[in-house]
Amino acid sequence: MRHRLFAHAYWLIGGLAIVMVLLPVMAPGAFYLRVAALVYINAIAVIGLNLLMGYAGQVSLGHAGFFGIGAYAVGLGPAVFRLPVWASLLAGVALSGVVAFIVGRPILKLRGFYLAVATLGLGLLIWMFLNNQSDLTGGPNGMQVPRLVLFGWRAVGTSTWYWISAATLLFAAYLAINLIDSPTGRAFRAIHDSEIAARVLGVDIVRYKLLVFVLSAVYAAVAGSYLALFDGFVTPDSASFLRSIEFVVMAVLGGLGSVFGSIVGAALLVVLPQALTSFHEYEEIVLGLIMIVFMIFLPAGIVPSSLARWRGRAA
Amino acid sequence: MTALLAVEDVAVAFGGVRALSGVSLQIHRGEVFAVIGPNGAGKTTLFNAISGLCRPERGRISINGREVTGLPPHRLARLGLSRTFQNLQIFFRMSAAENVMVGRHMHEDRDVLAHMLALPSVLRQNRQTRKAADELLALVGLEAWADKPAGSLPYGALKRLEIARAMAAEPSLLMLDEPAAGCNPIETEEVDAVLKTISRRGVTIVLVEHDMRLVMKISDRIHVLDHGTTLADGDAAAVRSNPAVIAAYLGVNEKQPGAFG
Repeated sequence: MRHRLFAHAYWLIGGLAIVMVLLPVMAPGAFYLRVAALVYINAIAVIGLNLLMGYAGQVSLGHAGFFGIGAYAVGLGPAVFRLPVWASLLAGVALSGVVAFIVGRPILKLRGFYLAVATLGLGLLIWMFLNNQSDLTGGPNGMQVPRLVLFGWRAVGTSTWYWISAATLLFAAYLAINLIDSPTGRAFRAIHDSEIAARVLGVDIVRYKLLVFVLSAVYAAVAGSYLALFDGFVTPDSASFLRSIEFVVMAVLGGLGSVFGSIVGAALLVVLPQALTSFHEYEEIVLGLIMIVFMIFLPAGIVPSSLARWRGRAA
Repeated sequence: MTALLAVEDVAVAFGGVRALSGVSLQIHRGEVFAVIGPNGAGKTTLFNAISGLCRPERGRISINGREVTGLPPHRLARLGLSRTFQNLQIFFRMSAAENVMVGRHMHEDRDVLAHMLALPSVLRQNRQTRKAADELLALVGLEAWADKPAGSLPYGALKRLEIARAMAAEPSLLMLDEPAAGCNPIETEEVDAVLKTISRRGVTIVLVEHDMRLVMKISDRIHVLDHGTTLADGDAAAVRSNPAVIAAYLGVNEKQPGAFG
């Protein structure tokens, strides 16, 4: 099963690449490209979160904190430390990984609800820092983010960021899919199902939990920095609790333990609110109802449940 | 000759309840060693103490003469210890083959960056690991289930899957906690055959088992526990004729017949 699925995943990456190339042709216009770029950027963060939650089975309700670190790094790096934007991006991603490493050590000993609350606290802490350090971050008003310049080329405009985020998402998905079918990925999944069995088979579960936490923080920081560079602006909303919850909803709705589920989940949660604006004040009610219906009929998430049904019919 | 595994005066308590009070035993290379005793005698606790899942409050455990008391399970695994569980600990979301592949973890290269990039060396290693898993699945008669989700396997098959997974670690000492529990007579025969094959490969086996026919048939030495202490230690004939063992099993001395294994 796993081997066929493995090959399957590469086909899906190819298919996704074709969709990414065709989309600007089929749906031209800055609005569609912008929505698609937002889907890709969110999907990068959600794939990372899915490695943590869906594969290794460790919950996080604070991943917007890492997203926020990435987002503010591209603003603060140039403004405060006079770093080039690209170096600020790398520094932000590294910082996010370091924070995850330091905080992960004590809190990953916790399980289930307790880990959820601890990660929630971490997220809130980062959000409060960004919100309250007004002289540094501009507080609730946010701050300006300079343009990314690479070898004299300025990354500006919706279509530029469409292609950058599309390429990065493909690469992020490729890395995640490879990892899942490697000794590291099997260790993650083993920890999810039985920590005891994993330990007696020689898996250093402390190391692997920390590894997947750091990895997911890095994915979130990359996504955060992209959003800030795309918008040219960043506010503490990027690190808010609501955004952490959105990432979790995207991962669960699309399918825990499915890289493609992460992309589908991100697409649904970014596109639906845009599509539902015609419902005006009822928009959120309709969105909530749609989410409930999806979870009732596709309880394992959209991608895994649909695959199971399709296989059931084929068999 | 130093024993492969030596347990000296090990005691374990949970809260105020003493599960093991001063158990000593020695297991030699190549033996099939059984630990038996009525329910609640401390057999699984002894297994957990040896495999590092619970820390003894006193006593000493050594492997090949080297003290390992209090080492975490993954370190003990690297010293050649592997085990199965009485209440199954299956990776039920992974396929049967993947379960066994996890058993190869210690012997695999652990370069995360190489794994993410799926370098040719990683893919080659994945194929080797899969091949080793397939061979072990064939050993326990589960080759037909290799690509099925482990969660879909019947109970008896999962017992054997745990044995295959533990064997994938290439242990020198394999600890089996009730490998035939819940198995019908045919499945018990299969387990028996698997254990013989493993023993022939030179792996030392320690097992906890309630099926006395199986225990008497395959064990070189039997250690009898009751209420956390040693009742007897010897070959099948000596243990069978030991008055203390008979008393514990047949419910003399105020013990309930329900304690019969």
